[in-house]
Amino acid sequence: MASASVSAFTSAFEYAPAPESRSVVDIAPSYGLFIDGEFVEAADGRVFKTVSPSTEEVLSEVAQAGEADVERAVKAARKAFEKWSALPGSERAKYLFRIARIIQERSRELAVLETLDNGKPIKETRDADLPLVAAHFFYYAGWADKLGHAGFGANPRPLGVAGQVIPWNFPLLMLAWKIAPALATGNTVVLKPAETTPLSALFFADICRQAGLPKGVVNILPGYGDTGAALVAHPDVNKVAFTGSTAVGKAIARTVAGTRKKVTLELGGKGANIVFDDAPIDQAVEGIVTGIFFNQGQVCCAGSRLLVQESIQDELLDSLKRRLSTLRLGDPLDKNTDIGAINSAEQLSRITSLVEAGEAEGAERWSPACELPSAGYWFAPTLFTNVTQAHTIARDEIFGPVLSVLTFRTPDEAVAKANNTQYGLSAGIWTEKGSRILAVANKLRAGVVWSNTFNKFDPTSPFGGYKESGFGREGGRHGLEAYLDV
Amino acid sequence: MPTTASTALPLKDVTASDSTLRRYLHGLPGVDAVGLEARAASLGTRSIKTTAKAYAIDLAISMVDLTTLEGADTAGKVRSLGAKAVRPDPTDRTAPATAAVCVYPDMVAVAKEAVAGSTVKVASVATAFPAGRAALAVKLADVRDAVAAGADEIDMVIDRGAFLAGNYLKVYEEIVAVKEACGASARLKVIFETGELSTYDNIRRASWLGMIAGADFIKTSTGKVAVNATPANTLLMLEAVRDFRAQTGIQVGVKPAGGIRTTKDAVKFLVLVNETAGEDWLDNHWFRFGASSLLNDLLMQRQKLATGRYSGPDYVTVD
Repeated sequence: MASASVSAFTSAFEYAPAPESRSVVDIAPSYGLFIDGEFVEAADGRVFKTVSPSTEEVLSEVAQAGEADVERAVKAARKAFEKWSALPGSERAKYLFRIARIIQERSRELAVLETLDNGKPIKETRDADLPLVAAHFFYYAGWADKLGHAGFGANPRPLGVAGQVIPWNFPLLMLAWKIAPALATGNTVVLKPAETTPLSALFFADICRQAGLPKGVVNILPGYGDTGAALVAHPDVNKVAFTGSTAVGKAIARTVAGTRKKVTLELGGKGANIVFDDAPIDQAVEGIVTGIFFNQGQVCCAGSRLLVQESIQDELLDSLKRRLSTLRLGDPLDKNTDIGAINSAEQLSRITSLVEAGEAEGAERWSPACELPSAGYWFAPTLFTNVTQAHTIARDEIFGPVLSVLTFRTPDEAVAKANNTQYGLSAGIWTEKGSRILAVANKLRAGVVWSNTFNKFDPTSPFGGYKESGFGREGGRHGLEAYLDV
Repeated sequence: MPTTASTALPLKDVTASDSTLRRYLHGLPGVDAVGLEARAASLGTRSIKTTAKAYAIDLAISMVDLTTLEGADTAGKVRSLGAKAVRPDPTDRTAPATAAVCVYPDMVAVAKEAVAGSTVKVASVATAFPAGRAALAVKLADVRDAVAAGADEIDMVIDRGAFLAGNYLKVYEEIVAVKEACGASARLKVIFETGELSTYDNIRRASWLGMIAGADFIKTSTGKVAVNATPANTLLMLEAVRDFRAQTGIQVGVKPAGGIRTTKDAVKFLVLVNETAGEDWLDNHWFRFGASSLLNDLLMQRQKLATGRYSGPDYVTVD
C-alpha cells in the first residue's frame, strides 16, 4: 500500500495505526449492469474502471450503460411495476425489512467497500453512513402498509418507474434515500450511481437478490453523465429523482419540463453556520469541524460559510485553528483518521482552483501543518479568513474541506448574510439563547436549520432545499409524497 | 509590586465583589451537554496499541494518586499502600512509581515515612473531606495539621452548598485561605464534587473559580458520591485549564477521581488530555488519576504486554 498513515501528531503519544481489514470485502475484477435481476454486460460492451481515491489503485472494471441498456432496464422496471405495485403494502414492507436487516448484517463489509471506493474515513462509513442506510430502509418499510394514513388521501397510488441519479459523496446513503421510499410506495427503480463510486450500488444489487426481491424492481446502471441523461429523458420514466450539482440539476429540469414526469432535485449548497457571541464555544468549534470537514467537505449541506459575531472572532478562530491542528489525515481505512481522500482527481482540481481564486481575491488562507500522502487525491483542511460576501469562495460551492470565515455584528446582519446566496439547503445557529434560535431559524431560507449541532441526519426528518438547492423533500413523511400520485 | 498573595492572583479585579465575580463566571461560554459528551465519546475511540499502549500504561501508572480513604484506615494499611506506591510491581522493577499516595490528614506522617527516599508524594484530603461541612477555622486547622505532618499536596473540597447558593465569593475566599495555609511547600488540589454541581455550566464556573483563587490542580470529585469522574467532565476541565493558561500564562493541573478502574478507561483519559489541553499536560506534575483500584489493572496490562500472557489478580499485590 502506498499510503501510510500520516498524522498531524508528532508527540510522544503517537496512536498506533488501526486499519480495518480489507479482507472482509471481496471485490470482483469486473461487474456488469444489474437489469431484471441479472448482472449483464453493456449492450455495446463498454466498461470503465473505478479507483480507490486514497491510493489510485484500480478496484474493479464496471460495465458502462448506454442508451440500449437504459431501454432494457426501463422495460424491465415497467414490467415489474405491474406486480410490485399490486402487492399489499405489508408484503412490500417484508422485502424492505429484509433488505434493511441484510444491510445491517453486511454493514462492516459495506463500510470497508465504501471507504475503498469513495476515500472517506472508515469511522464515517461505519458510524454514520451504514447505520443511516439501514435506518432508511427500516423507516420506509414501516410506511409501506400505512400509506393511506400518511395524509395523501385514502389510497395514494405509485407513479410507476422511477429514474434515479445519485452522487458520489454518499453513494450508498443516497441510494437508500432514493430506493427505500420508491419501493415502499410501490414504484420500481432504475438507478444510476456516480461513475467514481459504482461499487456499493452493485453490492446492493446483490443484496436485492439475497432478499429475494422480484426481478426488475431494482435495476442498477453504472455510467457517466450521458447514461443519466438518457435515463432522465426516457419517455417511459414517470419520476425523476436527482442528487448532485446545480448545473446538472438545471439540465434535468429543462429535460423534464413539459413532460408529465414528476421530479425532485437535491442540488448544491453554501450553508451558513452562524456563531453568536453567547455560543458554547468549544462545542461550536466541534460543530464547525463537523459542518465542513465531515466527508472532506464533500457534502451538499456542508456549513461552508462560517458567520461569526465580530466580538468573539479572535477567540473562536484561535480555538478553531488549534482544533484543526489535531485533525488526523491519512489512510481512510484507519479508524483514527478524521480526514480521508478527495473523491477524484477532477474534484481535487476543482477545489484547488477555487482555493486559488480565494487567494487571488485577497482572502487569507490557513492550513494546519499537515503532511499529505504521496499517492491518491488529498487536500489539507483549509480555512479562509478576511472573506466577504463579494468573494468567490463565499458564493460558489467548493465541495471540499475549505471553510470561508465571514463576520457579522447583529442578528439581522447574520440573517441577511446567511440568506444572501443562490442556495438554501442548510444553516446552523450556535447560541445559548433559546429564543434567539427560534427567531433566527424562522428567518433563514434554508431547508434544514440545525441549532447547536450540525450535519445530523435522520430518516424521519425531511431534507431538501430552497432556491438553487433544488425542490422536493426526501426523508420523513414528506419524502413519500415525491413517489405518490397525490 | 505585588506584595500579598491575593494581589498576585490572576483576574484579581473580578473578585472585587460577589456580583463582579458572579457576572464574570456567568459570562464564561456555556456548555452544550450533547456536544460535549459526543466529543468525549469520539475521543474514546482512538486506537492505542503496542508502543503507544506501553507508553500510555507507564504514563498512567506514574500519574496515579494511590488512594485509601476509609474510616477503617490503619497505619499498617497506609504503610503497605506506601510500599506499593514506591514499588508497584515487585516482580518487575521497571514499573514506574506512582505519583503520590493519598490519605486522610491523620495518616500523613505514617505515609510520609512509608515513601521516604522515593519520588512518591504524600497527598492529603484536608478541609473536612468529603462533605466539607465545617467551619473555615476547622478546615484551615485540618490543612495546617496535614502540612505540618509533611503533606506535599492538599486535596480540598469546596463548599458545594455555598456554590449552589450562588455565594461564589465565599467559595473563592475559602480556597484563597486554604491556599495560604498550604504555604510554599504544598500544592493545592481543589475538588468540586462535580456530581453534586450537577450541570456542566456549573463545572466550568467552578473550574475558573478554583483557578482564579490559586488552585494548583482542579479535581473532579471525592469518589464518595454516585457520579464521579467522567470523560465529559474531565474534558470540560481540560478545556478550562487550557483556556486559563492562554489567558493568564498560568498552568493548572487536572485530576479526575473516582470510578476510573481499567487501563482502557485511563488511556481514554490520556487521549482527552493529549487532544484537548495538549502534551504539556501529559506529565504527573499536571495530570493525575485519583484511584484505588486502577493501578492493579494497569499492572496486569503491563505484564501482559511484557509477557504476552494475561496473568490474573494474584500476580499483583492487593495493596
